[in-house]
Amino acid sequence: MNPPVATPFFFYGLSLIMIIGGILVITRKNAVHSALALITTLLAQAALYLMLYAPFVAGVQIILYAGGIMVLFLFVIMLISIERNMRERQFNKQWLVGLAAAAALGALFVAVYTKTSRGITLFVEGRMSYVENQNTQSIADLLFDRRAGQYMFAFEIASLLLLVAIIGAVVMAKKRI
Amino acid sequence: MHDLIQYIQGYLGSDQTPGAAGNWFWATVYILLVFVGLSIAVIAMNWLERKILAHMQVRLGPMRVGPHGLLQPIADALKLLLKEDIIPAEADATVFWIAPFIVVLAAFTVFVVVPFGPTHAITEMNIGILFMLGVSSLSVLGIVTAGWSSNSHYPLIGALRSSAQMVSYEVAMGLAVISAIMMTSMNEEGIGTLNMIEIVRAQQSQGMWFLFKFFPLGLIAFGIFAIAMVAETNRAPFDLPEAESELTAGFHTEYSGFRWSLFFLAEYSAMIAVSSIAVTLWLGGWLRPFPNLLSGPTSNLIFSLFPALTFLLLAGMCFFSTARMPKHPLFKIQTIGLAGFGALLAVIGLILLVPGVRDRVGDIYWFSVKVAGFMYLYIWYRGTFPRYRFDQLMKVGWKVLLPTGLALLIVTAIVAMRMELWAQLTGGSVRP
Repeated sequence: MNPPVATPFFFYGLSLIMIIGGILVITRKNAVHSALALITTLLAQAALYLMLYAPFVAGVQIILYAGGIMVLFLFVIMLISIERNMRERQFNKQWLVGLAAAAALGALFVAVYTKTSRGITLFVEGRMSYVENQNTQSIADLLFDRRAGQYMFAFEIASLLLLVAIIGAVVMAKKRI
Repeated sequence: MHDLIQYIQGYLGSDQTPGAAGNWFWATVYILLVFVGLSIAVIAMNWLERKILAHMQVRLGPMRVGPHGLLQPIADALKLLLKEDIIPAEADATVFWIAPFIVVLAAFTVFVVVPFGPTHAITEMNIGILFMLGVSSLSVLGIVTAGWSSNSHYPLIGALRSSAQMVSYEVAMGLAVISAIMMTSMNEEGIGTLNMIEIVRAQQSQGMWFLFKFFPLGLIAFGIFAIAMVAETNRAPFDLPEAESELTAGFHTEYSGFRWSLFFLAEYSAMIAVSSIAVTLWLGGWLRPFPNLLSGPTSNLIFSLFPALTFLLLAGMCFFSTARMPKHPLFKIQTIGLAGFGALLAVIGLILLVPGVRDRVGDIYWFSVKVAGFMYLYIWYRGTFPRYRFDQLMKVGWKVLLPTGLALLIVTAIVAMRMELWAQLTGGSVRP
């Protein structure tokens, strides 16, 4: 197997892109700019999945979020009059609460990562080694295999939930079926 | 220096793609080769489309710039580069500036996994086909932002149409692709693959193109994909986003010069990209016709002569037209030019006759020939079909292609499952 190409350099670069993108999403007044920043963030996230040797998740992330959901977002945003939106005063002044929540989350991360006085971390030491070539197949095994599969039920329940959502959307959107 | 040369030579003779072997030098070389090849293919398509459309409509097409208009695409490219690059005053300049690059990036990035041969691909990916579908679906973002940022009515309507169309046809396309991927799992281990190279290998080991697998299931899947891919690339008869009779030029109405040419480039390379998906999944990728049936040294030799013969045939056509050129002195330069072009083709043909070369380019040749067939189909569609109305387009996408795709998926799964069960019961092989 090749040595991993995913050096810390890539990680820090991608994280920087994600953080900048995330900040742009909440600070831009123009909704289309926010959506484009969000797409950048999602693509950088897909690249992070690739660094974790999870190409299947990365591919699904690109198809679903960047290629599917964000297109629908843009589709809706384009129909709104951006000019009027930009002139209006924004009334969701909750930055204090948001800041507190972000600080709490950050503190949690720091707490998890730092060793306690007894030298224990909450994380498992060492890294699992993943085989990139078999990623898709191992996900399928985890989901559907007769012996190793553990998540079949959760998977089917989730798809049922989505089906209910689709039917609900059709019922609510259509007056006469 | 010595290490570098060894590093470069180390890859030669490897049976992997440079990306999978982790050799950055050859990966860069392959990327450049693919980029140059694509650019040449787009230029050739530009000329061919105008010529073929013209002949279908009983016209001559470009005849003035160069012999038979051969230099027309180069003249066009020069014109586009020299044109003024206008950004409308009310446009959202940043987004307007970024949009063409999104489209071009999406259209070119997918070629990272396109397998021109077992080793002739930039890299091999576990999620190959998923990557291709995902990245090519990003191009719709560029089209939507281009239409929105122009701040004008026609582009906005074009962008709206385009996003609705691409999102709806992506679904049917995905279903057709899944049914082909399901066919790759008909082997001893029962493990399928998303890897583009392995998909072609699966067709080789199963002894048939997936087009004919579970007849007519493979054919139906291919049909769904062939319709959806025309809609995905916004080409006639689904070219509503740029319907020139209603929307001037659709989403790129406000673009000019270099930026417009980027949209043009992206459209054609996206056409090549989806055609290569179709070729890889259903038409046996780089495999020559009957690789298992006619596998003796004689037929190997005969099939390896095809690339050279193609170029020699083209050269012959050039020489034939040279002989038919008007003898007037004004046509002297054109006659010499055409003869020179024919000589160039003949030299390429002769180089392809060399045994060491012809054994290595066979896979690339067969892949390109199949893709070229699709390119001709695109032009043919444009020459023959009238444009769909938007509600008809949506109806075809959601009410015809999607249910057919779903039913096809279920039927393919049942047939494949039954064959596997049958193989388990009789203790035989799942291979037909």
